[in-house]
Amino acid sequence: MQPNLRPITRETTDVSSAPGDSNADLHRHQESVPLPHGNRADVRKLSFWYGKTQALKEVNLPVVDRKVTALIGPSGCGKSTLLRCFNRMHDLYPGNRYDGEIRLYPEDENLVAIDPGLVRLRIGMVFQKPNPFPKSIYANVAAGLEVRGIKKRSVLDERVERALRHAALWDEVKDRLNGSAYGLSGGQQQRLCIARALAPEPEMILFDEPTSALDPLATAKIEDLVQQLAGEVTILIVTHNMQQASRISDFTAFMLMGEMVEYGNTDQVFTAPEDPRTDQYITGRFG
Amino acid sequence: MSEISSAESELIGGATRQFLRRRAFWNRFAAYWLLAAALVSVLVTVGIVYVLVTESLPFFNQVSLVDFLTDTQWTPMFENARYGVMTLVSATLTVAGIALAVAIPAGLALAIYLSEYARPAVRESVKPLLELLEGVPTVVYGFFALLFVTPLLQTFIPGLAGFNMLAPGLVMGIMILPYTASVSEDAMRAVPMGLREAGYALGYSRFRVATRVVIPAALSGITAAFILGMSRAVGETMVVAIAAGQNPNFTFNPTEGAATITAYIVQMAMGDLPHGSLAYQSVFAAGFVLFLITLTFNLIGFFLRRRFREAY
Ligand SMILES: Nc1ncnc2c1ncn2[C@@H]1O[C@H](COP(=O)(O)OP(=O)(O)OP(=O)(O)O)[C@@H](O)[C@H]1O
Ligand SMILES: [Mg+2]
Repeated sequence: MQPNLRPITRETTDVSSAPGDSNADLHRHQESVPLPHGNRADVRKLSFWYGKTQALKEVNLPVVDRKVTALIGPSGCGKSTLLRCFNRMHDLYPGNRYDGEIRLYPEDENLVAIDPGLVRLRIGMVFQKPNPFPKSIYANVAAGLEVRGIKKRSVLDERVERALRHAALWDEVKDRLNGSAYGLSGGQQQRLCIARALAPEPEMILFDEPTSALDPLATAKIEDLVQQLAGEVTILIVTHNMQQASRISDFTAFMLMGEMVEYGNTDQVFTAPEDPRTDQYITGRFG
Repeated sequence: MSEISSAESELIGGATRQFLRRRAFWNRFAAYWLLAAALVSVLVTVGIVYVLVTESLPFFNQVSLVDFLTDTQWTPMFENARYGVMTLVSATLTVAGIALAVAIPAGLALAIYLSEYARPAVRESVKPLLELLEGVPTVVYGFFALLFVTPLLQTFIPGLAGFNMLAPGLVMGIMILPYTASVSEDAMRAVPMGLREAGYALGYSRFRVATRVVIPAALSGITAAFILGMSRAVGETMVVAIAAGQNPNFTFNPTEGAATITAYIVQMAMGDLPHGSLAYQSVFAAGFVLFLITLTFNLIGFFLRRRFREAY
């Protein structure tokens, strides 16, 4: 049994009572629009090819609004590939091809068919390796605001501070906002990247193994952060670490060789998986 | 002790020991050989500086440093010779400045295109083309400036002299462009893909990623490319000797002709100056100034390059 297993019955997404009251209005604009079946996105029969090699095979996956969905599976099974479909990162490289749909709600658009720039304005990402820009801490957090037309200094100041507080980094950097981001530790850099992703207030944030380059203490901080963010923003997270998936996610999807094997409530997937392959993987018998 | 060493000698058989000894010899031989090669190039450099200094020292016994740096006439062949080196420096910097005004924007645009926009196939075919351009002899560029660019410019600019600094400046800009573009492109391509992806993930366009992410990250490398390009423009001889004229003229006006330091040196070297005369020594003094200018640019470029390498 997982002692840290958190029940996923946290039904209410009462934003106003979320911790960190300065962030309470972060996603207020989204509340007015009802989402069908409470999903922020729905992957339907999505296939993906790197040139001629198929990396995803007719994958289906619901992404529940303002919950944490974890993608697990052995190395090379296509977790990153699926995650990077959500913000169309694959479009940066020639020869890649999508087939199928990722329905994005409430507009009910197929996000692999629309303009990738528009998708990326709505869905943020935090990468495996911290990748701050070689600029000041402030400029890093403000980087996503300017592109969205926010140029007023007072607004920028406020949004930068809010994002840094949200990423639990404010107290550590408030005296050196104009210092280089490269002066921060690896864990701080990763939280800076989270703040950078949070500042534009995206509807969804993608995390690709955000703690794999960090020590246990920095990892614990990021895990806390992800849990706090749930309830305000939809999170899709890839992780190699089964403990981490069970600790921080509400839903878990298990992938194998480009296919979606099992999806369900995290506690159900980890305690009573339906597919024997899931059982084998989480009990460590392969992968 | 002796027990151990005898055990050792048993362990390392005769053949192995011979192999080790031979390898040690060749290692030492290679090290000495490389050291000698390095010493030769250092010695040559030191020798050049030594000649420049010793040959120009007697010059400064007759011409005061103040006159040398403040006079605006350079007339070594006149009865009453005057040696104001700023006359030559003004032309040198004007031509180099025009060259940079061409090479910086065009080189940056080309580097951005190659590094951020071009498909790999296009990039792989354009880069050898640039190297080909670098291989064109400078004398060809010189005649191109004199016989094609100047007449062309004269149709727009009526007051343009037959020998002027504008045409060689522009042509020199085109000449150093392949170098600055290709070094800048190397610097930009060295920027990790993860940084670009971070920009795109925020919703940046390709152009914004190039200007807000890639250029700032590669800035010291790009600056180094242009400073090294500048030092090449300052040292370039053929183009200016052919197209800017041989007339020392203290001016920053690009429509006039004026001799640069290099043009003066090559002009004097071709004539038969009596060894040891003041005019002869002035060649070394001017050469020393040229050396100091390019050294300054190269040093700045060197330090910027080093900083750029340490960036990631
Ligand atoms: N750029 C690429 N070109 C071709 N094939 C790729 C590329 N990137 C990944 N692949 C292949 O696609 C498959 C899925 O890779 P992906 O990176 O999504 O795996 P992953 O589940 O994220 O693995 P890991 O846990 O090691 O990060 C692998 O077989 C991989 O070799
Ligand atoms: Mg991966």
